Amino acid sequence: MPSGSVISCPRLLRRESAELRSVALILLLLFAHASPAIDAGTAFEDPELQARYEKIVAEVRCLQCQNESIKDSNAFLAADLRREIRRMLAEGQTDAEIYDFLVTRYGEFALYRPRFRGKTLFLWIAPGFLIAVGLFVAIRIVRGRMALPIDDTTDEANAERQAGNRS
Amino acid sequence: MKLRYVAPVLAFIVLLPMLIFGLQRDPSELPSPFINKPSPEFELPALRDPARTVSNRDYAGQVALVNVWATWCVGCRQEHDFLLSLAASGDVPIYGLNWRDRREDAIRWLDELGDPYVVSGFDADGTVGIDWGVYGAPETFLIGPDGTVLHKHLSPLTDAIWQRDFVPKIAAARER
Repeated sequence: MPSGSVISCPRLLRRESAELRSVALILLLLFAHASPAIDAGTAFEDPELQARYEKIVAEVRCLQCQNESIKDSNAFLAADLRREIRRMLAEGQTDAEIYDFLVTRYGEFALYRPRFRGKTLFLWIAPGFLIAVGLFVAIRIVRGRMALPIDDTTDEANAERQAGNRS
Repeated sequence: MKLRYVAPVLAFIVLLPMLIFGLQRDPSELPSPFINKPSPEFELPALRDPARTVSNRDYAGQVALVNVWATWCVGCRQEHDFLLSLAASGDVPIYGLNWRDRREDAIRWLDELGDPYVVSGFDADGTVGIDWGVYGAPETFLIGPDGTVLHKHLSPLTDAIWQRDFVPKIAAARER
């Protein structure tokens, strides 16, 4: 009977899904330690340096696999860039110097937050400008509607009514 | 009010070329910030002879190609025959940047497939690659006689691409 087997399915599934869940949990635990391995470099002993390193690395685009930061990417270019950034931090270079290093080699596109200058000006200004234009248009429309009489009958109709009343 | 009717049309006219231009670009092909700037300084051991160094001085004073290649790179194999024919024509010398490779693999590749390069620098850890803004292979830079980067190409070279993008720029660079 096909309908019976259909009904018995969910119960079977529920038991299976419990097993699946435990398998998934085991797999998760197995690979949990693997996630930090993307960044194979040793952490800085100075927590301040490490914090700067982590901030920079999260803001640099991996150009080999766009839409990933070099922090999250296991592409070898990302590993090379992490190594360079770590070296420059250890040498005492400032964040600005490191960003400059990347931009002169890979262009503004390498930074997820492009700097405010020259070519990227439009990028920064456009959203505010578009919101201002939208607000301006919206205010004009609302003002225009506020100027309309609350009574929606026209002057002509009023005049006609008044004329009718008099006769 | 007239503006109400004109403004959307104006906005459309402004947007149209931006969209036509923007949507046809391949976002994975980045413009190189080195175009019309001096090629980055580098010094590397030569692939075949670690005692010898390869640097910008090798191609100074002439129009040259710097080709980024590796044995793990499929596109490099695709363009290899073209590079060989280009080298045979003797028109433009090709300098190799062997990027993140193993020396013995790279030498075997050149021995088996032929060596189009005047010399190849061996960039095992990718440091020079970073200095050149390399983010994939193959990449080909066209360098002018004064050492400026005239053009960068990001996919396997073919004769059609060569005729279209490189030949006019080489002619212009040699006239100057």
